[in-house]
Amino acid sequence: MRKFRRWLGRIAFFLLLAAIVVYSVFPFYWAVVSSLKTGSALFSTDFWPLAPAWSNYAAVFREQPFGHNILNSLFVALATVLLSLALSLAAAFALGQISFRGRTPLQFAVLGISMFPQIAVLSGMFELVRGFGLYDNLWSLVFSYLIFTLPFTVWVLTTFMRELPRELEEAAIVDGAGPLTILLEVFLPLMGPAMVTTGLLAFIAAWNEFLFALTFTLSSGQRTVPVAIALISGASSHELPWGNIMAASVIVTVPLIILVLIFQRRIVSGLTAGAVKG
Amino acid sequence: MAAITLRQLAKRFGKTQVIKDIDLEIADKEFIVFVGPSGCGKSTLLRLIAGLEDLDSGEIRFDGAAVNDLKPAERGIAMVFQSYALYPHMTVYQNMAFGLKLAKLGKAGIDERVRKAAGILQIEHLLDRKPKALSGGQRQRVAIGRAIVRQPRVFLFDEPLSNLDAALRVQMRIEIAKLHRELDATMIYVTHDQVEAMTLASRIVVLNGGRIEQCGTPLTLYHHPANLFVAGFIGSPQMNFLPATIAAVDDREITVELANGMRLPVAVPDTRNAMIGQSLTLGLRPEHLQVDGNGIASLSGRIMAVENLGSESYLYVEQAHGTPLVVKSTGNASAGIGERISVGIPAHACHFFNADGVAVFGPN
Repeated sequence: MRKFRRWLGRIAFFLLLAAIVVYSVFPFYWAVVSSLKTGSALFSTDFWPLAPAWSNYAAVFREQPFGHNILNSLFVALATVLLSLALSLAAAFALGQISFRGRTPLQFAVLGISMFPQIAVLSGMFELVRGFGLYDNLWSLVFSYLIFTLPFTVWVLTTFMRELPRELEEAAIVDGAGPLTILLEVFLPLMGPAMVTTGLLAFIAAWNEFLFALTFTLSSGQRTVPVAIALISGASSHELPWGNIMAASVIVTVPLIILVLIFQRRIVSGLTAGAVKG
Repeated sequence: MAAITLRQLAKRFGKTQVIKDIDLEIADKEFIVFVGPSGCGKSTLLRLIAGLEDLDSGEIRFDGAAVNDLKPAERGIAMVFQSYALYPHMTVYQNMAFGLKLAKLGKAGIDERVRKAAGILQIEHLLDRKPKALSGGQRQRVAIGRAIVRQPRVFLFDEPLSNLDAALRVQMRIEIAKLHRELDATMIYVTHDQVEAMTLASRIVVLNGGRIEQCGTPLTLYHHPANLFVAGFIGSPQMNFLPATIAAVDDREITVELANGMRLPVAVPDTRNAMIGQSLTLGLRPEHLQVDGNGIASLSGRIMAVENLGSESYLYVEQAHGTPLVVKSTGNASAGIGERISVGIPAHACHFFNADGVAVFGPN
């Protein structure tokens, strides 16, 4: 009887697991399946493409400058990540290792920035972008994305920096190292896991961003992929090319999945670093 | 190598005055140990000398030249930290070479110094390892090695052995003493462990509440503590303190009356300031008291507890009047708990302190 109960518990547990997996993976699976269907098959409910066709993938690149859009996204995301890591590393050094008047208010101000909804800053940001002459330019996206990547990266790196022993910095000072040397040669190598984690999350945020990208770019040559996908249109205004849209979505999701798989160990060690003294 | 002068040093953190008017002369090649209870300011004093903390007032001189405004590296100091503070991502070699690289010493020069220091500390076989692959004792050696290669004018040690286990601590203690002889360097060492202080120091500085209580050779501090604090701090177990009153004075000896009414005539070098009726504290070290009852007088009481350490044992004796006594006995003492015992006081064992806690009637 007891054995039976244990089996029952185990079965319930695996059912729950299955439900969670289906819930989180099915939308992506459906996108993959749809991207391989053409014509009226798109509107059937087969869970498996009966006649898989790659024509949608070819069409995505043929009908708009999608390759160019991917490069745009890559540029914007990478530039955002590099800029925000560089800035937040320096900020984390100050906020995490040096005590100065107004440190805590400053930290909360940084956090406060991330609380504004994007739509609230959109019009002001638009004026700024135009004022700097960056409208329809990829740099407008890089700078506007810093708004939501920086608070996050600064906080994570500051928390991590605070865990580093103070004596390490003092040993470097006694060895004759200046602040920049300490930051780059002593702390930076130790921040590796945290940098990878925050960098990757910033990359994903920048890669997926839609609202700013839609507002600050105009020509199809400056579009990033989320905007490009949203603006994919069919032959007539009554036709939505689901196959192409799904194919494009799959194309831009796969790099993220690969990145996360490569770095997953580091992400976990970065997110839990400092939780347990190691 | 350098002689160090501290003049009127003061330092406060917020509202706490951590260091108060400290004056100290440290001669070249001396081994000075700062010792005191936690929070006495000993580590802060070391960090002030290192330049890791800024002075509020006062002056620090190395060989006569003020170094107040110099950075730690410019002062020519090297420091060994309690947590070792090795750079975790660098090999032992790189750890030791880091400071020299920043000082723009050539590759050959760096290599020569690192290998020489590694030779002294017998860590040549560890040079390619990272700190995480080292034991505590090995890390400590690397940290000392990192100090040696800088060829500093002054070595500063901040409780370097407190993270090691007891056996390793004894071994490293002897090695640090050897290192001091070999390098012929000025060393300042902070510890709360009085055994380390007694065994390593050429002079001990006892700190309490941000002030220097006494400064002198280990044996001076042991035999002639300047005040109650030093008397209680140096020596283990602690010195016994008994309240007493002066009952009679002549030019060679004073007679004190203890709480139980017993009178004790003690010959002292200097009786000029003794006054009849003056309150004193009588200090008696546990190791000087005689369990056989021999001496100029004896105190009787009941044994409350016995600690047998093998080589020696400590008897805790409760007196009818007054404070409990600790008495050192031989390792094979057969005393049992509850037994009555008579404890003898030898004439040379008495320390006297006045009402302000200052040693009186002593040779100085």
